[in-house]
Amino acid sequence: MSALLDVHDFSVAFGASQPVKGVSFTANPGEMLAIVGESGSGKSLTALGLIGLLPHHAKTGGEIRFDGRNLLGQSERNWRKIRGRDIGMIFQEPMTSLNPVLSVGEQITEVLRIHERIDRKQARQRAVELLDLVNIPEARKRVDDYPHQLSGGMRQRVMIAIGVACNPKLLIADEATTALDVTIQAQILQLLDNLRRDLNMAVILITHDLGIVAQWADRVMVMYAGRKVEEGLPEPVFTKPYHPYTRGLLGASPRAESGHHYRQGPLIEIPGSIVSATGEKGCAFRPRCPSAQSSCGFAVPPLRQISEDRLAACPFTPTSFVSHAHDASLRS
Amino acid sequence: MTLTQSSIAPSGRLGASRTEETQAAAPEQAKDWPFLHAPDALTQSSVTVTKAGLRREVRIFLTNPNAIIGLVFLLTVIVVALAAPYLFPGDPLEMVARPFLWPGQNPVYPLGTDSMGRDVLAGIVHGARISLTVGIAATLIGLTIGVLVGSIAGYFGGIVDDVLVKLIEIFQTLPSFVLLVVLVAIAQPNVLTVTSAIGIITWPTVARLTRAEFRAIREKDYVLAARSLGYGHVRIVFREILPNALPPIIVTSSVMVAGAILMEAALSFMGLGDPNRVSWGSMIGAGRDVIRTAWYLTALPGLAIVFTVISLNLISDGLNDALNPRFSEERR
Amino acid sequence: MIVSGRLFQRLRRVVLQAVPTVLGIVILNFFLLQFAPGDAADVMAAEAGSATVETMADLRSRFGLDLPVIHQLLNYLNNLAHFSLGYSPRYGMPVAELIGQRLPGTLVLMSASLLFALTIGVILGSLMAQFSGRLPDRVLSVGSLLFYSVPGFWIGLMLILLFSVKLGWLPSGGDSTIGSNLTGFAALADKSRYIVLPALSLSLYYLAIYARLTRAAMLEVKSQDYVRTARAKGVSPLRLVLRHILRNALIPITTLAGMHIGGMLGGAVVVETVFSWPGLGRLAFEAVMARDFSVLLGILLLSSFVVIIVNATVDLLQAWLDPRIGESR
Repeated sequence: MSALLDVHDFSVAFGASQPVKGVSFTANPGEMLAIVGESGSGKSLTALGLIGLLPHHAKTGGEIRFDGRNLLGQSERNWRKIRGRDIGMIFQEPMTSLNPVLSVGEQITEVLRIHERIDRKQARQRAVELLDLVNIPEARKRVDDYPHQLSGGMRQRVMIAIGVACNPKLLIADEATTALDVTIQAQILQLLDNLRRDLNMAVILITHDLGIVAQWADRVMVMYAGRKVEEGLPEPVFTKPYHPYTRGLLGASPRAESGHHYRQGPLIEIPGSIVSATGEKGCAFRPRCPSAQSSCGFAVPPLRQISEDRLAACPFTPTSFVSHAHDASLRS
Repeated sequence: MTLTQSSIAPSGRLGASRTEETQAAAPEQAKDWPFLHAPDALTQSSVTVTKAGLRREVRIFLTNPNAIIGLVFLLTVIVVALAAPYLFPGDPLEMVARPFLWPGQNPVYPLGTDSMGRDVLAGIVHGARISLTVGIAATLIGLTIGVLVGSIAGYFGGIVDDVLVKLIEIFQTLPSFVLLVVLVAIAQPNVLTVTSAIGIITWPTVARLTRAEFRAIREKDYVLAARSLGYGHVRIVFREILPNALPPIIVTSSVMVAGAILMEAALSFMGLGDPNRVSWGSMIGAGRDVIRTAWYLTALPGLAIVFTVISLNLISDGLNDALNPRFSEERR
Repeated sequence: MIVSGRLFQRLRRVVLQAVPTVLGIVILNFFLLQFAPGDAADVMAAEAGSATVETMADLRSRFGLDLPVIHQLLNYLNNLAHFSLGYSPRYGMPVAELIGQRLPGTLVLMSASLLFALTIGVILGSLMAQFSGRLPDRVLSVGSLLFYSVPGFWIGLMLILLFSVKLGWLPSGGDSTIGSNLTGFAALADKSRYIVLPALSLSLYYLAIYARLTRAAMLEVKSQDYVRTARAKGVSPLRLVLRHILRNALIPITTLAGMHIGGMLGGAVVVETVFSWPGLGRLAFEAVMARDFSVLLGILLLSSFVVIIVNATVDLLQAWLDPRIGESR
């Protein structure tokens, strides 16, 4: 079965700088893929590229095959047919992502009436059902509420309702839980998990929170400086990280089970910060990498297949995974 | 890479202690990361602090081409106005030649003469004095009253605020120009009454603005800090609040001068200006009757008004660009 | 329904807040009248040619002009309650009637100007936002700066010069062709020729303001998150602009438009004078020339009431447009 979404060598350039440098990945129906990276890694630009919402002056390259068709380079009209209907997207800031002068119901019925032949009454009925689906209590009354009358968590649920309203095949969640309280985060992620199973929808979860990835994702992909540097199932990636950046990320996340109390020593940081996206020869992580060799400076290390479903963009195999071995308890 | 901080007294010491820390930490860390090239705070051995004072705003203003043009235009008008008695000694209301000389007909009177044989150029040059005097003086009056009322209302709140707000509302409801006409008609038109009347018309806008600024800044942490140190009201108002409330007031004042000049011109046009002085408005009013034959009498003084007001508007736009980002930061 | 309930509450609040303002204006008006040189008796005596001291005293007591100020104030308020604004000897009719005759002319002129300024201003501002930074934006920005800096009376005269004197396309004054007995549609067509130049002169300043404000508001709204959400839903560009961007950008514009009524009334004074337009503005000019203070202050009072009514309406309009207003905080 060919993948629902097949991204091949996708790149984004703004003039001389290239924030996304040839990224490839796939997504299948019902699967939750997590894309992890820090600010500047290019993950949000990749997400915007998938739905065609990059700024006008962005130059894209590569292919985005969705349901067999290449989406890149198509007309804006064709993009609009796909947005909201086949591919849905939800964003980070629930407080500002809804139009303040339209009611919640109006914003849901809007997406329904753009893509489906449905009259006002039916659309309103669907909106109430959708609000129920995302667990908003008293949906019938809430449908006429305005965004400012709802809490952050509820607004994000409304966003999800809008996102799944037309039963899209793919839903992209760009840091959708970052701005929420931890308890609400868990509820929202549980909701997304249920929805993807019920609707057999592929979900791409863009986040920088490894805890979320470990708990909810089927597969994880790590991005750094515009490239994919590691990919695999969460457990092997987190217990046996091949790429030094992934190791650094894991080392930098304090975990209760590791027995490493913050009073016993400083948190392990990855020194330095991401450098700008303009051409650097060799591995982009080299300036910050503890295991870098001189050979790392000659060319960008290609992704090598370590095992089935397991890729890493570092030619060296780590000598030990000691410090993370006991993290089999990652998945609680 | 240098760290830039705005100078608030305590932080100076903070910066110093950071430097000491980093100097101790740097050598050890550097050993573990041989390929470390990326700059960051851990490896910097010095931290320079630059003061973000008024220089930034002045620089932004001076690099704005529109603002420079406006400044040049305005300076031209000011210089001409100051030089008027030397360029055209004597009373511009005196008859000097035969009436209705067209511009260019006689090189001694490059802009021609009016219906009473008065030199048009002399009139325009002397008219600049009135416009600028009234414009600037009236704005100063309006600013003084407005800042006084607005700051008292905004700072003290409560009953005082309620009463003053009502007062501002009353003045803002009365149509400004109609009230202006009434005031000048009652008080007999001359430069003094016109200037005072315009000042009385314009203070409410300043008061509203000042009040809003004071209310916002009153709640800021640094004001609370000053109060907890036991500073008296006067000191807080003049040293903490007022300097930070100034940017929008400065922008508004340049607009007010333009408005005052326009109002003075309209009054003189209607015959409510100082009858003993020549003003651009009165020249236009006098030329109105002969517009069919000697239209230069209305066109030329009008162009002088437009020139002056454009210069002030360019300056106010420039001030807005320079001061506004900071202004909106203060409000947050 | 919920919507009208919210609006009704707001209306009540607005009316209650307006009462002290109205009272304040009325009292201020009264005291301005007191300060005006000469009172009604002087005016009447001047009209008659001369008067003896006894006649003046008699006139004064008859019209209650020698009573203490507070009595006069109460009389004034009483008169107002009966819609009487005093008497104008110069025109030979009650001030209220005089103003009533001229008010429609000014209202027509102001409505036409405001409509023109808002429509064209919003359109130009949207264009400027659409082409932000590029040539059309720069050209329109220069244009709006120009319109913003021009005195209304002077541009009126220049327009008369161009369109009336030189080109002869449009009339230079008045509100309809004198002596013609047109009715219905023909009358309307005739009148519309006369309103073009005055309305244009009055509107240019405000047009510039609305264009600049629309541009700024639209640029700001465009960068908002909810616009991105709407695009992610597949909303068409037209619907995006109308339903999402403009709907939000218009909120500050309507606020501002409401605040301009007072200024526009002032602008109407000069424009009506230049174009001999029969309205309150020209009446004010004539009253100034004749130092007829009862008329002048009657105009001040009435125009203030117009401003209050318009402010209340704009307040309600805003509450309707923006559901966030009117909620208890």
